[in-house]
Amino acid sequence: MTDSLFTQQVTAALTDTALQTALKNVKNGLTAKRHAAVTALPEYERIRRQAVRIKNKTLDQLDTYLLEYEKHVTAHGGRVHWAETPEAACEIIEGICRDAKAEHIVKGKSMVTEEIHLNAHLEKQGYEVTETDLGEYIIQLAEETPSHIIAPAIHKTKEQVARLFGEKHKLLDGVTEHSPRVDLVAEARRMLRQKFLAADVGITGANFLIAESGQHVLVTNEGNGDLCSLLPDTHIVVSGIEKVLPTRQDVGPFLRLLTRSAVGQHISNYVSFFSGPKKPEDRDGPSDFHVVLVDNGRSQMLNSEFKSMLRCVRCGACLNHCPVYGAIGGHAYHSVYSGPMGAVFSPLLEGLKKHGDLPNACTLNGRCQVACPMDIPLPDMIRQLRHQAWSHTLNSRASRWGLGCWAFITRHPGIYRLFVKLAIRLLAVLKGRSHYIKYVPFGQSWSARRDFPLPETSTFMEQWKKKKG
Amino acid sequence: MANQLKVGFFVTCLVNAFRPRIAFAAIELLEQAGCCVDVPEKQTCCGQPNYNSGDFTNTRKTLEQFIACYEQYDFIVAPSGSCIATLKKAADELFKEDKDWQMRAQKVANGCFELSQFLVDVLNVDLPSEARDIKATYHDSCSGLRALGIKNQPRQLLKTVADVQIVEMDDNEVCCGFGGTFCVKYPDISTKLVDEKIQHIESTGADCVIGGDLGCLLNIEGRLNRLGKRIRTHHFAEILSSQGCLAKKASE
Repeated sequence: MTDSLFTQQVTAALTDTALQTALKNVKNGLTAKRHAAVTALPEYERIRRQAVRIKNKTLDQLDTYLLEYEKHVTAHGGRVHWAETPEAACEIIEGICRDAKAEHIVKGKSMVTEEIHLNAHLEKQGYEVTETDLGEYIIQLAEETPSHIIAPAIHKTKEQVARLFGEKHKLLDGVTEHSPRVDLVAEARRMLRQKFLAADVGITGANFLIAESGQHVLVTNEGNGDLCSLLPDTHIVVSGIEKVLPTRQDVGPFLRLLTRSAVGQHISNYVSFFSGPKKPEDRDGPSDFHVVLVDNGRSQMLNSEFKSMLRCVRCGACLNHCPVYGAIGGHAYHSVYSGPMGAVFSPLLEGLKKHGDLPNACTLNGRCQVACPMDIPLPDMIRQLRHQAWSHTLNSRASRWGLGCWAFITRHPGIYRLFVKLAIRLLAVLKGRSHYIKYVPFGQSWSARRDFPLPETSTFMEQWKKKKG
Repeated sequence: MANQLKVGFFVTCLVNAFRPRIAFAAIELLEQAGCCVDVPEKQTCCGQPNYNSGDFTNTRKTLEQFIACYEQYDFIVAPSGSCIATLKKAADELFKEDKDWQMRAQKVANGCFELSQFLVDVLNVDLPSEARDIKATYHDSCSGLRALGIKNQPRQLLKTVADVQIVEMDDNEVCCGFGGTFCVKYPDISTKLVDEKIQHIESTGADCVIGGDLGCLLNIEGRLNRLGKRIRTHHFAEILSSQGCLAKKASE
């Protein structure tokens, strides 16, 4: 299993110096800021427990809350569409765009639209789709996918972005590699402003859907989500079914946790509550409003041991605290979702056959669960996925055979003692005169990079027996 | 002594094979703390390699062997946080469908303690102290830290018993890249993580790095040696026991 695409991507990631420079921003930026924000909030643990309670309660009656949400959206004059699969979701969205006679579409940042591969679908049908979140805009220009669920272009250095803008914005005053960040942002804004004004349809995600009011909440730092929602005549919200919360009041603790966990902000620059299309008294807003609720395997998760994965609010804290993510970045996972949440979510969405490496590429160090504002037991779920892989014999024959033998040995104390005794005698032969072993046959994965420690002359059990007579 | 606390000592596979002196040191500390230490001959493994690979059926069988071996003891102590964390977690998770085994597993799991946790949180006794004149940094192993809450206990012992000067490294709670089978399945990522760990260790200026899990220590030590660094690695039990005093005298 380890000679996979994943392993190849890992090698590429570890030797990519620009990527390694960029990844330092995760640790020095996001992780450190989250720590400061959480430390400054003495009631953090209480809010965390409260939010987990609300989410668990909601998931227990998800169907009820979703239907209540639909009822209120309809009452506002909007329409809710239910999509079981990515294909169904794409077709519904395409249909709405067709009815709107749209040509230009602007998009706010949304992971679920990445999950259903919406852009590729719409572009194939001839629509111009523009991502308007700065990070998403950058990777769209670069024809890449997000490498982080909240900071999609975190794998890029400022210099790379400047070069990219220089290539793609030929009609504008070019920026150079030495341009300050603020100039790059100004240039992106100038480009995007034209797109916003020309757009017929705006597509956004939603951070929360509110059952009692039919509202949805959008959290952004750039305000681009609000422009996508309010400027075009048609607004489509795409959301996973797990995003619903019962009441407006329930949103409070989540807002306090979400941005602190994500980027260390007490609150994001824009927190907007939307409710359906423009009312007669409104000056702005879309006349046509749709919500596409995507299942894509979530109902199945709801009835499984992976239910608590549906508590995820997509803050990215688990990625920012994962040493493996920090070493290789998001693209190596070769999946829409990366890091610990991706290691659980991606195999559940697309199968262990495709993403078998993801749950294995984890040291089970547990830092992700500690950082997770929803206290999702990610390491337990990762182990559970390994169990599924084991049960479906997806592991390599060598590892199954090796672990099977080991288990046999551990059940027979006499054989165990003999095995360990012989193994360390063999190592003593390998050491020669050195104090360390430089090469271990069948142990090259270790000994290619580390010395193998030299055992003492005999095992503890032998020495102990001798000592006790 | 009639009131001596009887402890079933679990050596753990890595210590049994690679560093018996850690087990001798641990037993010495337990005896100094007034315990009567038993080393059951039939002990083998906690099941961690199989458990973390998702092979739950075999893990259960290995655990049954462990339970049968240790259920006569009220206290089971091991010089490893990750083995104890595995025992507690797997015992809780893997016997849900068998009431009888579940009760036996629960009783054994409740009696399992990592060494520093047992000495500080359970016994809370004063051990004989002698300054060792060591400047060290401490690596918090992930399982011990997050599954068992081991953070202050080894530091407190190192301070009070051996007067070790501990200089904390940056990111002392971040994984060293060992992760059991992880380090052989994904050696490149593992090496990157251990190299970062070594940078943090080096920048403290410490003579040695101390930890409570031999897996992490072998990983760090193996890489330190390959890179030609002179920083030593020790389990805290080695430093706290008379071996620590001997090591100090030998280096004088």
